Amino acid sequence: MSAPLRVAVDRDACCGSGNCVRTAPEVFDQDDADGLVVLRQAEPPESEYDAVREAAYNCPAAAIEVTEP
Amino acid sequence: MSDTLATNVPTYPFGNAGLEPLLPDLGADGVGRVQLPTGQQAWLFTRHEHLRELLRSADFSSDFTRPGFPLIRPIPEDMPRRPDGSLIRMDPPEHTKFRRMLTPEFMIKHIRTLEPLIRQTVVVALESMRAGGQPADLVEHFALPVPSMVICHLLGVPYADHDYFQERSRILLAWSSPPEQVRDAIEEMRDYLTRLIAARRDEPGEDLISRLAAERVATGEMTEEELVGLSVLLLIAGHETTSNMIGLSTLVLLKHPEQLRQLRERPELIDDTVEELLRYLTIVRTGLTRVAVTDTEVGGHRIAAGEGVIALLSAANRDADVFPDGEEFDLHRGSHQHMAFGFGIHQCIGQPLARAELRIALSEMITRLPGLALAVAPDDVRYRDAVVFGVQRLPVTW
Repeated sequence: MSAPLRVAVDRDACCGSGNCVRTAPEVFDQDDADGLVVLRQAEPPESEYDAVREAAYNCPAAAIEVTEP
Repeated sequence: MSDTLATNVPTYPFGNAGLEPLLPDLGADGVGRVQLPTGQQAWLFTRHEHLRELLRSADFSSDFTRPGFPLIRPIPEDMPRRPDGSLIRMDPPEHTKFRRMLTPEFMIKHIRTLEPLIRQTVVVALESMRAGGQPADLVEHFALPVPSMVICHLLGVPYADHDYFQERSRILLAWSSPPEQVRDAIEEMRDYLTRLIAARRDEPGEDLISRLAAERVATGEMTEEELVGLSVLLLIAGHETTSNMIGLSTLVLLKHPEQLRQLRERPELIDDTVEELLRYLTIVRTGLTRVAVTDTEVGGHRIAAGEGVIALLSAANRDADVFPDGEEFDLHRGSHQHMAFGFGIHQCIGQPLARAELRIALSEMITRLPGLALAVAPDDVRYRDAVVFGVQRLPVTW
């Protein structure tokens, strides 16, 4: 079995646009206190891979890093 | 400086002739130079890939007080050039500090709690338009008042003052306004909000301006001047953009009856429809302006420190590499990569609010007005000649 896809977020870079939460709500959330990105799962299931890649591509601040399996 | 070298460069901005954004032929590369009304020249980028690179790059500044910043309209000599509080004209780290004061206010969860209020505002406006008889101007009775009332509620601005700030907002954004009139409109908006902030400081309400006054100005994190600048930006951006989107979206849907029929049959298509309308219309037709702060490159083009660039969102949103047949409106497209809200750290902070307003306004409108139709020929619809694209009026029957 190959390694899982891994997601990392950079809260310092995040601008709180909420794009990732719209695209992959199972993986990303916004912090109640500051509206910045919160990672719900760093190794999401395969069913989320496409959404996670799209979230990273569309992140205006390039705050999402995806390490492919 | 290359400012003096190029001749025969097209004059920018290109104007708003209709639904199709105007664009000079720049060749396959989609990069060129343009002449600005201020006498400057600037780079023009139109490809989706180039805009992604440019707008995410820290080599460009949004601060319009920097030398070489491309100004797309002349400003009076005596006009104070202060980015204070106006987020879209700030760079990190100040921009980051200010933006983060607002991110919890506009995050998706918070906007969701406003949806009942948005729906109620939409329904009241629609029913009042219907009661007033037909034909009616959809802009005056629906597209303009709904976002205006919602942003007033959010900011704590009395809606009763809407004639005052809408008139000044209109002057500010119209290309035809002389620079002195623009300057006066800005100063009057600032004076108006200065008085409002003072009132909210003495008697706070449950609104954003009251919260910022109490939690940020009183604590010294933000000056009162900065709160004024920020409030002007939020008030204008909060109603002009969404109201023009509602008017134009209605026109586009009426011009595509088959797609409108599908949307009425399958209301769950509304989210994709809103995204496609955002892409297709891209109402910030003037694009985004930046100045290079260091020698850099975009798409292999070398840009010197101090040179201005324009990122033309409306062109990138029709880039055939990303949106095949991009000149066609197709609600099934799944336009998730569009840049209608910009890109980079300045991407619209109010986008969850804009999306909620568009989704609710358009859904309620097509449900409650099943016979909605234009009361004029499509060719007779007049567009706004303004920084934010839109229709002047939209006479409809139902």
